[in-house]
Amino acid sequence: MRLVIRDNSNEVNIWMANYIKERINQFAPTADRPFVLGLPTGSSPVGTYRELVKLHQRGQLSFANVITFNMDEYVGLLRDHPQSYHTFMWNNLFKHVDIPSQNVNILDGNAADLDQECIDYEKKIKAAGGIELFLGGIGPDGHIAFNEPGSSLESRTRVKTLAYETILANARFFDGDIHKVPKLALTVGVATVMEAREVAIIITGAHKAIALAKCIEEGVNHMWTVSAIQTHPKAVCVCDEDATLELHVKTVRYFKSIEKVHHALIGEENLGLQGGVKNIKLKRGNDALDDEEGPGAGLAA
Amino acid sequence: MAPSVSTATAAPFDQQPTHNGKITKIINGRLLQNHAIVEGTYLWFQDGKFIHPQSTFFDAQREPDEIIDAKGLLVVPGYVDIQINGAFGIDFSDSDGTPEKLAKDIQKVAKGLFQYGCTSFCPTVVSSFSETYNKVLPLLRPRPGSVQDGAEILGAHIEGPFISKEKKGAHKVETFRTAKRGMAEFDDCYGPELQNTHGTIRIITVAPELEGVRACIPELVKRNMTVSIGHSASKIAQAEEAIAGGATCITHLFNAMQAFHHRDPGIIGVLGSTHLPIPTPETKRHPSPSSSSPSPKNPDPRPFYGVICDGIHVHPNSVKIAYYSHPSGAILVTDAMSAMGLPSGNHSLGGLDVVVDDLNRVYIRGTDTLAGSAITMDACVKNFVKFTSCTIVEALEAATLHPAQLLGIADKKGTLNVGGDADFLFLSDDLSVQRVFVGGEEVRL
Repeated sequence: MRLVIRDNSNEVNIWMANYIKERINQFAPTADRPFVLGLPTGSSPVGTYRELVKLHQRGQLSFANVITFNMDEYVGLLRDHPQSYHTFMWNNLFKHVDIPSQNVNILDGNAADLDQECIDYEKKIKAAGGIELFLGGIGPDGHIAFNEPGSSLESRTRVKTLAYETILANARFFDGDIHKVPKLALTVGVATVMEAREVAIIITGAHKAIALAKCIEEGVNHMWTVSAIQTHPKAVCVCDEDATLELHVKTVRYFKSIEKVHHALIGEENLGLQGGVKNIKLKRGNDALDDEEGPGAGLAA
Repeated sequence: MAPSVSTATAAPFDQQPTHNGKITKIINGRLLQNHAIVEGTYLWFQDGKFIHPQSTFFDAQREPDEIIDAKGLLVVPGYVDIQINGAFGIDFSDSDGTPEKLAKDIQKVAKGLFQYGCTSFCPTVVSSFSETYNKVLPLLRPRPGSVQDGAEILGAHIEGPFISKEKKGAHKVETFRTAKRGMAEFDDCYGPELQNTHGTIRIITVAPELEGVRACIPELVKRNMTVSIGHSASKIAQAEEAIAGGATCITHLFNAMQAFHHRDPGIIGVLGSTHLPIPTPETKRHPSPSSSSPSPKNPDPRPFYGVICDGIHVHPNSVKIAYYSHPSGAILVTDAMSAMGLPSGNHSLGGLDVVVDDLNRVYIRGTDTLAGSAITMDACVKNFVKFTSCTIVEALEAATLHPAQLLGIADKKGTLNVGGDADFLFLSDDLSVQRVFVGGEEVRL
């Protein structure tokens, strides 16, 4: 996986928004071949959405041929409740951009048969051609979507009971009354996310530092479900300096040095967007290497 | 695991998404919402009303059919004028002519008001004889605003004739009466429209110190009229009694009432009242509590008050003093006469020869006597900011939210909230009217 470290969360948001924009534009989606994007909610992606909206308003990114699948939604909360994830996505992204309403997919927490709703959601993802890029955040307990510690790494979209801690943490959005907080949620599974052709995770803030360390420096572990990205062929994490606080100095130095090699020695123009290296023309003469091609040689796979 | 399943399958809509009407989205506007100017948000409307777009998007699966770029202009509710006697040479109290001609005249005024930002109004009829009321009031029944018909008529404001001879202003004394016989006197005077089955009478201005008038206030309120005290020589005690009895407004504060005297402040003194009955939290038609309210958690016990903000009828300093004593009660009115909207020069209006000068002041020809006001609503709003140094939000609310609250229609008028009528304006930063929309359609200015 790639780990991109930026100075602060603002830089992270700009990087990620730019990356998404480039991915979509290079994909050149059409009505027949749309770009399928997986999206998260929560505090991590708010800034990224803000930057995406700016890019859209500057005319650099259109969502006309983008199909979205959100990760999760509360059970039993009405769609226009101020805390529903429908409301979150509407206010943070959809109302600002040109995405057609039929292209938006969010789990329905009020479906008559929740299990069927989950099965249907997986079917919809398949019908759309699978997810091209799944954007995600990371919880302080290392969870991706609502796949809290102990979730199977092979899990699929399903109904989840929320952890007591999560309910407590969310009470502040429900008049401080834990009885008003939803206790169940529908969520995509770990495997659902990992099935995407690419996964991009945003991690900002010191409170996520331990989770980041557990997820990338230790083993793949169902207690820290984001660690599943270690087995994904194309994953990128973007974090700020604060989130690296629990990483080994060696780890941080390594990933920073990779970036340095890319930019200073190989040259950005030779790099593919997803880390592949295009025709290398090394800067100092080594004739034998001038004709070498390395498409998808994946220096950073 | 069997999760508890909610039987609700869809969110309740503020707006049924089955309407096929065109959906319009306004972008790049600075909206007046929740007592502040808000950027980075959008205004949506359909079928002449503001809608909540979220349910339209997710449930009706509709995106906007038209996007209007406000290009950074202020987007505010259309102005509401609760006291205007006429304009463009037309006088609402004039009963000469066929009903068709009078109706056309009214429409002419209604359409002409748009350019000043006014999208709904209460045509005001000054003290007249019964014949006039019987002829004119049926023509002033409420009717919706539209591009073809003009600004919305909210119903009439009948100012007098139950008013004080000492404070007649420009009214004809011969028409004045008292209510010796109580409500019978009122019904006699105004005719059947006073039953208000059609909601024709929105506001009635009376002098509460006149015989029998104060006792009729509760019945007038019961018939769904807003009772306003004005053209009155009331002392402070009489004024407070009238408010306690159900009056919720003061007609053009300072004008046609006792001057402020420090030992008997008269009607003006109501702004300083601390012992009026405190309205319950559900009470409508009272202002939100001003900072000086004796009861901050309830609607303000003091009434609204109209102010003619032309700088002539009331000195700017007086406007400022009144405003800061009771900010949430301020309502801007034009009290415009038929000369409003006419070019400067000599005019003959209803047998009166007047002269309109370059500053929109109207004098009786050959004298220094003011014939009336020719100010427009947008000029009132600009003046109000100048006179009081209040914020743009406060000035705009005095022309929109407050009059709508007084009339009990704050959910439909004077607001950009979901469910409100899509009557709104684009203003430049200096509060000049740039574009006008009524019922969601743009008026060609």
